[in-house]
Amino acid sequence: MATLIIPTPLRKFTDGKSVFEASASDVRGLLNALSTSHEGIQKHLFDDAGELRSFIRVYVGDEDINELEGADTKIEDRDEVSIIPAIAGGSK
Amino acid sequence: MSHHDITFSKEELERYSRHLIIPEFNIEGQKKLKASGVLVIGSGGLGSPLLLYLAAAGVGRIGIVDFDTVDESNLQRQVLFGVQDVGESKAIAASKRLKALNPYITIEVHDTMLTVDNAREIIRKYDVVADGTDNFPTRYLVNDACVLENKVNVYASIFRFEGQASVFNERLQDGSRGPNYRDLFPSPPPPGLVPSCAEGGVIGVLPGILGSIQALEVIKVISGVGDTLSGRLFLFDATVFSTRILKVRKNKNNPLNGENPTQTELINYEQFCGIGATSEKQREVAEMSVQKLDQWRKEGVKHLLIDVREPYEYGIVEIGGELIPLATVLESTNRIPKDIPVVVQCRSGARSATAIRELEDVHGYTNLINLTGGILGWQEAIQPELPRY
Repeated sequence: MATLIIPTPLRKFTDGKSVFEASASDVRGLLNALSTSHEGIQKHLFDDAGELRSFIRVYVGDEDINELEGADTKIEDRDEVSIIPAIAGGSK
Repeated sequence: MSHHDITFSKEELERYSRHLIIPEFNIEGQKKLKASGVLVIGSGGLGSPLLLYLAAAGVGRIGIVDFDTVDESNLQRQVLFGVQDVGESKAIAASKRLKALNPYITIEVHDTMLTVDNAREIIRKYDVVADGTDNFPTRYLVNDACVLENKVNVYASIFRFEGQASVFNERLQDGSRGPNYRDLFPSPPPPGLVPSCAEGGVIGVLPGILGSIQALEVIKVISGVGDTLSGRLFLFDATVFSTRILKVRKNKNNPLNGENPTQTELINYEQFCGIGATSEKQREVAEMSVQKLDQWRKEGVKHLLIDVREPYEYGIVEIGGELIPLATVLESTNRIPKDIPVVVQCRSGARSATAIRELEDVHGYTNLINLTGGILGWQEAIQPELPRY
């Protein structure tokens, strides 16, 4: 099973859980498994055309999937996949 | 001024002695700090530790940009300020504190909002910028101005228990510039998707940790000691205490300095971040003032007040409304009558307007009225003895 790290802003869709595990052969499969099991998260990850949104990044290990094969990047058991959101807090 | 021309008084040498005896840092590093100018944008949660450590460390010239005043709710994490500063200009209060901390440095106050009109001019006067702001338009403004002015942007950002840090646009050994914020996030999330600290909350120590990391990276950028976070994104999740470092690559489509740059000046960042656009699209709802509600209550006008905030907010302060959190209003129609006026209230009036629109759209309500200003407005005008949050 690959591990997907859920960032704080999306944890409201995962009952507060920071980690999601599923068997999938590529990044798209893992994100789809997350979307299927957690209602409402889909539109935060993908736009209407099915592309990953530009204000989140997805990493396999420490590498951006855009440097690999994008959402088609193959993953193996024990890979750690991270969703990195843009956050802006700091002052107020 | 070149750092070679820098000299120190006896008092300064004593003050900085713990730097001077680090072999890799020594008096050369200290001279570079004294010769440099750092602009800190935002003197809040991140800015507090940043400014304190940069001043203590002996950065020769520190600029502070902040237009805000100190509020009681800042003191939980903005350790620059004390009770005596509440109501004062943050930039001025910060300047007083830093001058008391280190009299051998210069503090420059920019008691103003950073805007498209002044950003490049202010940033131009400094060597390094540290971004401690709290919203997407200013994040992109700072980033773009730094790229256009060839300045390093030391970045950190926080949300609840989570933080990010990086060093953007650093000059690399081959003379090119490292990745910047737009390489990481080409565009911001639409408004409302990621709440601000004011709505989302932040644990008080977290900005202390991330702001300290920023101060450290500023000092490394200036002194040239060690490897900075250029090309890397540091992530910290305090809930499970995990840290990660991910690679940040340059994006050939970056509009500022990619392969085909299309942007040569600053743009309208409110528009870029979709602010204004969505609120215009949203349908207006019926409103009532807190004074009117007060009058209704005194005169016994029949109505129901519902409070669509979260239970933990209700626990801080409430004004007798029936608690039905926003996420549950559509399933709670058995508790929301259609035959008497229903006043809907939240913290400031935004969520309650959303609740009204949803109830009107889905269940055809026509008797819902938004309480303008929410519980904050009520506290201010009717019951000042209630706590604000």
